[in-house]
Amino acid sequence: MAEYTIKVRRYQPDGEDVPRGPYWQEFEVELDPTLSVLDGLLQARDRDDGSLAVRCSCRAAICGSCGVKVNGQSTLACLTQIGEAHERANRMNGNGEVTGGDSEQGELSPAGGNPIVIEPMGNMPVLKDLVVDMESTHWEKMRRVTPWLLDDGDPPERERIVEPEAMVDITQTIACIQCGACVSACLSMEADPDFIGPAALAKAYRFVGDPRDVETRERLYDLAQDPHGIYDCTHCFSCVDACPKGVAPMDQIMRLRRAAGEEKINDRNNGHRHEIAFTKIIRKKGTLDEAELLQESYAAGVGGKLKPSKRAIVGLAQSMPTAVRGIKSGKMRSIPKLIPGVHHKLPGDAQEHVQRIYEHAEEHKTELNLYITGEEEILENAQGDEPPEAAETGAPDDRMGGGAGSLPRTDLVGGGAPGTQATDGVPTDRTELVDEGGARPTDQADREDEER
Amino acid sequence: MPRALPTHDVLVIGAGLAGQRAALAAAAQGVSVGIVSKVHPVRSHSNAAQGGINAALNPGDSWESHAFDTIKGSDYLGDQDAIEIMCREAPEEILHLEHLGVPFHRNEEGKLGTRAFGGASQARTYYVADITGQAIMHVLYEQLMKHSADVERYEEWFCTSLAIDEGNRCVGAVMRNIRNGQMELFTAKNVILASGGNGQVWSPTTNALICTGDGIAMAYRIGAALMDMEMIQYHPTTLAKKGFLITEGARGEGAHLLNAKGERFMERYAPNKMELASRDVVSRAEQTEINEGRGFPDGTVALDITVVPRKRIHEALREIVLVGRDFAGVDITREPIHIKPGNHYTMGGVKTDINGATAVAGLYAAGEVACVSVHGGNRLGANSLLDTLIFGRRAGEHAAARAKRIEHGRPSNQTLEREERMVSEVVGRQHGSGRRVSEIRRELGETMDRHVSVFRDEEGIQTALEIVRRLKEEAASAYVDDRGAVFNQDVLGAIELGFMVDCAECSCVAALERKESRGAQFRTDFPQRDDEEWLKHIDLVPNGGGPEVAYSEVTLTKWEPQERTY
Repeated sequence: MAEYTIKVRRYQPDGEDVPRGPYWQEFEVELDPTLSVLDGLLQARDRDDGSLAVRCSCRAAICGSCGVKVNGQSTLACLTQIGEAHERANRMNGNGEVTGGDSEQGELSPAGGNPIVIEPMGNMPVLKDLVVDMESTHWEKMRRVTPWLLDDGDPPERERIVEPEAMVDITQTIACIQCGACVSACLSMEADPDFIGPAALAKAYRFVGDPRDVETRERLYDLAQDPHGIYDCTHCFSCVDACPKGVAPMDQIMRLRRAAGEEKINDRNNGHRHEIAFTKIIRKKGTLDEAELLQESYAAGVGGKLKPSKRAIVGLAQSMPTAVRGIKSGKMRSIPKLIPGVHHKLPGDAQEHVQRIYEHAEEHKTELNLYITGEEEILENAQGDEPPEAAETGAPDDRMGGGAGSLPRTDLVGGGAPGTQATDGVPTDRTELVDEGGARPTDQADREDEER
Repeated sequence: MPRALPTHDVLVIGAGLAGQRAALAAAAQGVSVGIVSKVHPVRSHSNAAQGGINAALNPGDSWESHAFDTIKGSDYLGDQDAIEIMCREAPEEILHLEHLGVPFHRNEEGKLGTRAFGGASQARTYYVADITGQAIMHVLYEQLMKHSADVERYEEWFCTSLAIDEGNRCVGAVMRNIRNGQMELFTAKNVILASGGNGQVWSPTTNALICTGDGIAMAYRIGAALMDMEMIQYHPTTLAKKGFLITEGARGEGAHLLNAKGERFMERYAPNKMELASRDVVSRAEQTEINEGRGFPDGTVALDITVVPRKRIHEALREIVLVGRDFAGVDITREPIHIKPGNHYTMGGVKTDINGATAVAGLYAAGEVACVSVHGGNRLGANSLLDTLIFGRRAGEHAAARAKRIEHGRPSNQTLEREERMVSEVVGRQHGSGRRVSEIRRELGETMDRHVSVFRDEEGIQTALEIVRRLKEEAASAYVDDRGAVFNQDVLGAIELGFMVDCAECSCVAALERKESRGAQFRTDFPQRDDEEWLKHIDLVPNGGGPEVAYSEVTLTKWEPQERTY
C-alpha cells in the first residue's frame, strides 16, 4: 500500500457548488503500486466523490472504455500502474517537462513529488470530467471509411479460402479496441480536425488487407484522394506510442500508402509522388535536398530532363508561399539549399551504406506484426547479433514511457527492426532502421524452423 | 407538448453478441428494430471471450458429438432439445460469421482451423488469436453501422425497468439517456433482453464492471421465472488479485497446471483429459490442492504456458502475453503464472424456450442473461459465444415474426412516472443517512465469493442469504453524491446495486434448495449427484419479499445420464 495524490481535470456541466468551467481537483488515494490509475480513480469515486465521471468496464484493457491522459500521455487508465505513473510524474518534474496540466504543476503531494495528472482525452469534446464525446469525433470518422466488408455479394457454401498469413496480418488491426487513445494523441488531427485519423485509417487497412474485400482499389483511391486522408499523416509516431494494443495505427497508414502506390494511384494531394521523390533523393544523396524534393514531387526526372507538365508548374507555383514562409520563419536556414544541385555529400563511404540499406530493404519485404513474432525474439536476436550495450539500447521503453502498452514495432517493412533501435542520434525514420541493429525476419524464421 | 415516443417492433436491450445478433436477425425480417445499451456496443462484455467458438464443422466431427460433450459438461442438467438445436446450427453460424468478415484462424490450406478446448472430445473451437469475442463483436458492429437505416442504435442509454400492460405483457421499457439524464418510455411489440450476466455480484470476478445482472433482475421483477441460478461457473485460470481471465485456450494449446510441488495434479482428478476436463472439475481440483496445502502461499496454483512453443504463443495467445505482463508482471513465455478459480459465468438466468421466449408474453432473452438451458450445471468453454449467436438470432427472428402478427400494446401510464420518481428518490436521499453504494457492493461481492463459490454447504449459503437480505435493505437507502443529469454514473450505480442484490438472493435460495452436487454446485454436505431426486431445474418467481421455488423437468432426448469422468 502506498499513498498517491491524483490530480483530475474536472468539468461538471450541471454540478452543484462547483465552478462553471473546467477545474482541477486533487484526491488522496491509497493502494498497491501495481494497481492501476483506474483503480485510483475508482477509489476516489467510491470514497470521496461519487460524481467523478469516468467510463470504465473491464479493468483489463479489453473494452476500451477508459481512455484518458495520464501525465499528458494518452493511454488507458486501467493499463497504467499507479506506482509507475507516480514515478513518471516525479521524473517529469525533475526534468522540468510539462506534465500536461496547467501552471499549477509542482505542488508536492503528501506521498512526495508531483501529483499524478489525469485529464480527459484530446481532440474530442469533453462531456463531463473524464468522459469525452467519441460519437461526434471518433465514430464519425470511423463511419467515414466504409467500415464493413464489401464482398462480391455471393458467399460460397463453405468458408472463403484465404492465405493464413492474411488473416494473421489483419488481426493486428482487429485487435483495435476503439479506445481513442491514438485519436487523442494525434498531432495531425490537432492541426487538421478533419483528418480521418489513426483509428479509422487502421480500420480501413483491416479491409484493404483482407483478401475477402473486393473494393480494395476503390477504398485506396478514396483515402488517397481525400485531402484529410492517408497523406495527411505526418509520421510522428504519437499514435503508435499511445496505442495500448500494439495496433500501431501509423504503420497501418503506411501500409495503406504503399498499397495505394502499388495500385499506381497518383493522388491529387501529390502524396505518392512526394514519397517516391523523398526515397529517391535519399538514395542518391543520403540526406534530404529540399530544393530537389519540391521539383521531384511535382515533376519527377529533374537532372537534365525536366519537362514539367502544366499541372506540375501550377503545383510548383502554388508551393512558393510555403517556401517563402520557410525562409521567413527560419525553418529554411540555408538559402543556397534552395538552388537545385547545390547539396552537400555524405562524408567518406557513408553513401554506400545508405545504398546497402536500400538493397537490404528491397530484399526483405516481409511484413511482420505482433501476432507473428513477439518482442522477445527481437531482443534475443539483438543480443545474439550485437554487443550487450547495443542490445540494451534496443530494449523496449519502460511501460509507462510508451503509453503503458507500447511495444516495439516489429512490422517495419524490410527488416523488422524495432523502432526503438535508433542509436547514435540517428533519426527514427523507418528507412534508416534496417541496419545491423535489428532482427532479420528471414534469419529469425530459419532459426524457428530449426527449433521445431 | 407530448413528444413522439421511441417505438419499435423489436427493442433489444443490451448490445453484446446476443443483442447485436438478435437486432440484425430481426432487421433482416423487415421489422423496425431498436438496440439499446448502457455502454457503447463495442464495450460490451462479449469482448472478454478470448478462446473461441465451438462448432462441429470438420468432416470428421458431428453435431451429435458436440451435443454429447455439452450435455456431459452440463452434468446432465442441460435441456437436450435446446442443446441439439445449438449444436446443429453451429456450423452454419460460423460460416455466416466468416462471410461477414470475421478473420478466423486458417490452417495451411487456407480453410478454417481449430484449437482444442476443455471438455470437448475433438478440436472444434474456431478462433481469432485470443480475441475471438472481440473480433466477432466488432464485425457485428460493422454490420450494425452498415444497416443503420434498419436498426436504430441507442448508445449509452440505461434501462431502469421493463414496461408491462394490463395483461402483464411486456410492451416496452423505460430508459434513461445517460448523456442528458432524460427518461423515456420506449414502446415495443417485443423486448429482447440481451444484457449479459451478473458476475459483479461476486468479487473478484473475471466479469466487467457492467455485468450487474440488470436484465435478470428486471425480468424477474415483472414475473418471468429464473432458472438454474445456483449454477455459477468458477473459471479455473484467473489472476489471484484482480480476477482477470487467462483463457482456457492456454490449456487448449498445451499449458500445464502445477501445484507448489511442481506436480501436474490433474493426473489425480481427470487422468484422461487432464487440464482439459470440464471447468467445474478443474476448478474443484485446483481448490482441493489449495485447501490441502499444496498450493502457493498466495492461495494459488501455477499455469505453465512455457511448454507451448513461443512462436505459437505469440500467434495464438497474444492477449495473455499482455495480461501477464501488464497485470501480473509475469512473462508467460518464460515462467509459470499463478492462478486460481474465479467467478466467471452465470449458467442460470431468465428461463426461455428454444426461441428465446420467456414466461412473459412479448419478453425474450438471449445470451448470458438467459437460461435456455444449454449449459445446465456447467458451461463448456467456447459454448458461450455460440449460445449468444444461435439464440440471439432465434430470438430476433421469432420476435420479428411475432411483431408482424400483433398490434402495439399500451404500457401503463404510470410506468414512466414511477421510474422518474424512483430516480428522484435515489438522488434526493439524505447524504450520510445510509451506507455508500460502493461499500454495500464490496460486502456483497466478498460474501458471495466466500460462501457461494466452488465448495458450498448449508451453513455458508444460509449465512450469505442473511447478509444479502440485510444488504438488500441497505441498498434501498444507499446514498449518492451526484445530483446532476449529465453522465450521472452515481445514480446508475445505485440502481445496479438493486439489480445485484436481487440476483444474489436468487442464487443463494437456489443453492440452498439443491441438496446434491452437480456441475458448478458442489455441496460438501451433499457431495453426490442425485439423479433420482435432483435431475430437475429450480425455477424462481418473485413472491412478495423473496423468490418462490418451483421445479421443472430437464428435457432428455437421446442421452441418458451416466457417471461423469474425464
